Amino acid sequence: MSESITRRGVLKNLAAIVGGILALPAARTCKAAVQKGLASSHAPAGYDPFKHKWLMALDVDRCIGCGLCVEACCEENEVPEGHFRTWIERYVVTKPKAGSGETRGETMVDSPEGGKKGFPELLVPKEEVLKSFFVPKLCNLCEKSPCTQVCPVGATFDAPDGAVLIDKSYCIGCGFCVQACPYGCRFFNPVTRTADKCTLCYHRITRGLKPACVEICPSQARIFGDLKNPVPDDPLQKFISANKVETLKQYLGTGPRVAYAGLDEEVR
Amino acid sequence: MMDATILTNVVDGLPQFEGYVYPNERTLHPLWSVLIVVYPYITGLVAGAFIMASLVRVFKVKALEPVYRLALLTALAFLLCATLPLLFHLGHPERCYEIMMTPHFSSPMAMFGFVYAWYLMAVLLLELWFDYRRDFVEWSKTETGLRGIVYHAFTLGVTDLSEPALALDARIGRIISIVGIPSAFLLHGYVGFIFGSIKANPWWGNPLMPIIFILSAVVSGMALCLFIYMFLCWARQVRADMRCLDLMASFLFYAVVIDSAIEGLDWLHRLYSAEEGIAVLKSVAASKLFYTLLVGQACLGTLVPLLLLGAMQLARKKVAELNRRRVYFGSATLILMGVLAMRWNVVIGGQLFSKSLRGFMSYKMEFAGSEGWLLSAGLLLLPFCILTWLVRYFLDRDLPTLENVVPGAARQARPPEAQI
Repeated sequence: MSESITRRGVLKNLAAIVGGILALPAARTCKAAVQKGLASSHAPAGYDPFKHKWLMALDVDRCIGCGLCVEACCEENEVPEGHFRTWIERYVVTKPKAGSGETRGETMVDSPEGGKKGFPELLVPKEEVLKSFFVPKLCNLCEKSPCTQVCPVGATFDAPDGAVLIDKSYCIGCGFCVQACPYGCRFFNPVTRTADKCTLCYHRITRGLKPACVEICPSQARIFGDLKNPVPDDPLQKFISANKVETLKQYLGTGPRVAYAGLDEEVR
Repeated sequence: MMDATILTNVVDGLPQFEGYVYPNERTLHPLWSVLIVVYPYITGLVAGAFIMASLVRVFKVKALEPVYRLALLTALAFLLCATLPLLFHLGHPERCYEIMMTPHFSSPMAMFGFVYAWYLMAVLLLELWFDYRRDFVEWSKTETGLRGIVYHAFTLGVTDLSEPALALDARIGRIISIVGIPSAFLLHGYVGFIFGSIKANPWWGNPLMPIIFILSAVVSGMALCLFIYMFLCWARQVRADMRCLDLMASFLFYAVVIDSAIEGLDWLHRLYSAEEGIAVLKSVAASKLFYTLLVGQACLGTLVPLLLLGAMQLARKKVAELNRRRVYFGSATLILMGVLAMRWNVVIGGQLFSKSLRGFMSYKMEFAGSEGWLLSAGLLLLPFCILTWLVRYFLDRDLPTLENVVPGAARQARPPEAQI
């Protein structure tokens, strides 16, 4: 047998190996697609995500910065110290200097411990303050969420009911999604060593309860509802129709859905 | 007003944060730390070294023949280590195989496994094998012991050294090389896209990012080949081929010209269009990145080598060989450090300001631990260790010079050690 045929044989084998390696991921992708349909998301067995569309809206003028929502969220979801699924920002805008021709002075923002324990006294004298307000922040439930777009393994996904969830048994902990979220809503959980974020308390809402932060808010600054199943005199529908609402960082094209009423231009 | 707002609002009191930083951004060190600086650096060196080799194979630049095999082996040594920094950085490294098993096709990171595997198996290893096959066969006949076994195993049982078989080797090698050039661009352009695709970050989200990464990769790879070739000649006490060195320096000079022009253009565009994040970016560049960006990357890593290499282009004949060698070695070293600084500036710089654009974070490197510089330094040294082994086994003791390189059948094929 001539040796050139041997080489061809080797090349053939090499090609077969490469072909096999290339075909394997495709097979695994199909398997994963099937598994995804059966994946657990802490929802009860009868829950159909296609029959709901959850949304939260925030009334900036109603928030008093008490921090109960942050505390409730951390307890409910076992959020590690120093990380937040929701937090409150305090904005303090000072008066412009006389004759400066400006509409406002400086803007100061803070959120000590995410606002969990409320806020300390203002650093500037009250008479110098032009206006001050609190802005609760959480996952913006983007329609074109950049965090799910960049996940290399598809461990984070947009649920059909509007929640953006993470399969923690699948996440490899690369941190790409944390970098991709423009709102700082994601963090690397040092306990699970995976990405972590607001789930709208998925384990609660799929059982007919409200998210912990909404439940505890004493001033009803957080309004929560199901757009596909409005209740009579639905608070969410009422809020949207009664207010001029907007969303955060729309220009990035992420399609944020969480609606804010009473936002100031300084809020980012 | 924007500048004043950013710089004066020290509210939260923690020393490593200035202004307002989102609560989740208040971490001890950036999420992507020094390991992720090393990763694009190593990958870039692979791509650049391969481009250097393909100048010989595809573009038939004969004067560079002495570094052809060295460049390929360098690319291989670095490619073998390219995924390690990523692996060490994952929260769950044991799940890393999922990137290839269940890739999420819209993710720039998901494709890395495939691009990497393609580049390693279909380009680099194949090209090396076709180039070395004849030598493996001949060495396996003359060498005994472990070396003989290694060479014999690497022949993969194909021992045909007839004229048509060798011609086929050469033809396939060239085809692989041609495919390899876009593959090398893909490998590193893709790394640039990982950063360029993040629109949430005004420092990273930039269509020029992949191009900048490719160009800086070519620059760093060429500088590395020059550096290693000169080092190897010094270590083996052989005379470096001066025509080859001059030509490498010449290619390096033009690569630096193009790279610095594009990076300069990037900054010019950022400053002129002055979009939302520009005040923050300017602050970061002028303060926190002063030493790595302005001093390290722009001055020492780009401007000085540009002037030195440029001067050599103009006055090559007037400068003595020894001085020319010194200039080349110095420039290559500076460029290698400059590109490392560039990776630092992109990766760390992009995480030194809050995405609220109202505050800054600091980064102080730790010594030990998975985020420490010790591990990163080790990962940077590892390819050099692998390369040392590769060179000992697979590179002729007499480095080829233009005089003794005779392509094709007339080439003397002797095992590396037997050629003293």
